[in-house]
Amino acid sequence: MTTESVAPALDPGARDALAELVLSLADDEFIIGFWDSEWTGIAPMLEEDVATSSIAQDEIGHAKALYELLAELTDDDADRIAFGRSIADYRHAALLNHARGDWAFSAARRYLYETADAVRLTAVAASAHPGLAALAGKMRREETYHLLHADAWLRRLADGAEDGRRRFAESLRQLWPDAQQVFAPLGAGEGLDREGWLPKPMPELHAAWLERVRPVLEPITGELPAASPDAGGRTRRTDDFAWLHGEFTRVSGSEEGALW
Amino acid sequence: MVIETRPEAEARVWAELAEIPDPEIPAISVVDLGVIGGVAFEDGRLRVQLLPTFVGCPAIDVMRQEITERLDALELADSVIVDVTFDPPWTSDRISERGRERLRRSGFAPPAPLPPGPVGLIGIEDLATLPVAECPYCGSSDTRLDNPFGPTLCRAIYHCSACRQPFEQFKRV
Repeated sequence: MTTESVAPALDPGARDALAELVLSLADDEFIIGFWDSEWTGIAPMLEEDVATSSIAQDEIGHAKALYELLAELTDDDADRIAFGRSIADYRHAALLNHARGDWAFSAARRYLYETADAVRLTAVAASAHPGLAALAGKMRREETYHLLHADAWLRRLADGAEDGRRRFAESLRQLWPDAQQVFAPLGAGEGLDREGWLPKPMPELHAAWLERVRPVLEPITGELPAASPDAGGRTRRTDDFAWLHGEFTRVSGSEEGALW
Repeated sequence: MVIETRPEAEARVWAELAEIPDPEIPAISVVDLGVIGGVAFEDGRLRVQLLPTFVGCPAIDVMRQEITERLDALELADSVIVDVTFDPPWTSDRISERGRERLRRSGFAPPAPLPPGPVGLIGIEDLATLPVAECPYCGSSDTRLDNPFGPTLCRAIYHCSACRQPFEQFKRV
């Protein structure tokens, strides 16, 4: 991005807090975008092939804009941040550690992620950082379509044949604890609050999300256990993610500084 | 920073931009599409604000390059800078009347107007693609949404029950 717009110098504490928030948003969008892009060509029907690919392209586009914002803040390079980190340095929520699974699993994850992301984005769109607020406001308009898509699949699977309903319910139950981690506390929690980067604290966003999804999910899954975000919710990594990391860094890793 | 007022030069810039087609839907110019946020001469440089339709639009770089080259050739400033920004956000209401007509003529239903409200915080439910769009071929409203996702990020797919044609709508966003 070439915006030379007003970038008032931030003190290091404020900048680091903002950078941590932006990185968590960017990595979430980046990783779910890559998992969903794996359905391109093999989704259960043509319409879904187009829809899932389009959603994945949106998410990776959002990640690109967020990485560019982060690169400006930290005087780094967006491609370096996206592709040049080791597995332990990614900060996506544990929900995104899992391979795509079957269609019901991907639909379950997408529902959990999109609803959590919608709650979070609404808060970020009111951030005290004008660049981040504008980007989040713009992303939110696009995410509307993702949310509708996720909701349509929830209804289709929940009201559909037994096999699909069972797989969907099992996937939701399996992913439930990790879904909480979209709201995992960030190291810079206090800084985010003090500077107004995130105008509502994570626990408040988490509660708003629970209030919204529990009544929708429990008729499908039965009672869901109490589960909370925890401090490791954005640092635990899995073999599934290690595999994906190998995939998405293959081109950049094959030749340093390559453009594609 | 010195902002220069150069009405004649600015008019030439807008006229040149009006000749640059959108890379994905060439029937419509970047001006009619509403992606040009503004132009200004500053410290001898020409700055153009470019508002992407979608954050992940892959055509942004192509547009930026085309705009830079075409405006450079006018030799109105020492350099041309295209600033990509999301503030203000592009919305489908930015498409001009002429743009909407051009979309219709090339087989795209133009997006319906947005509901009133602050641009960044319109209710999720209000923003969605409408279940019905007017068929650009026969004008019928007897249409249905087949897929809110289409061949590019900004397009949805509909079917017209009256003339039995599939068509695309530029998404309301």
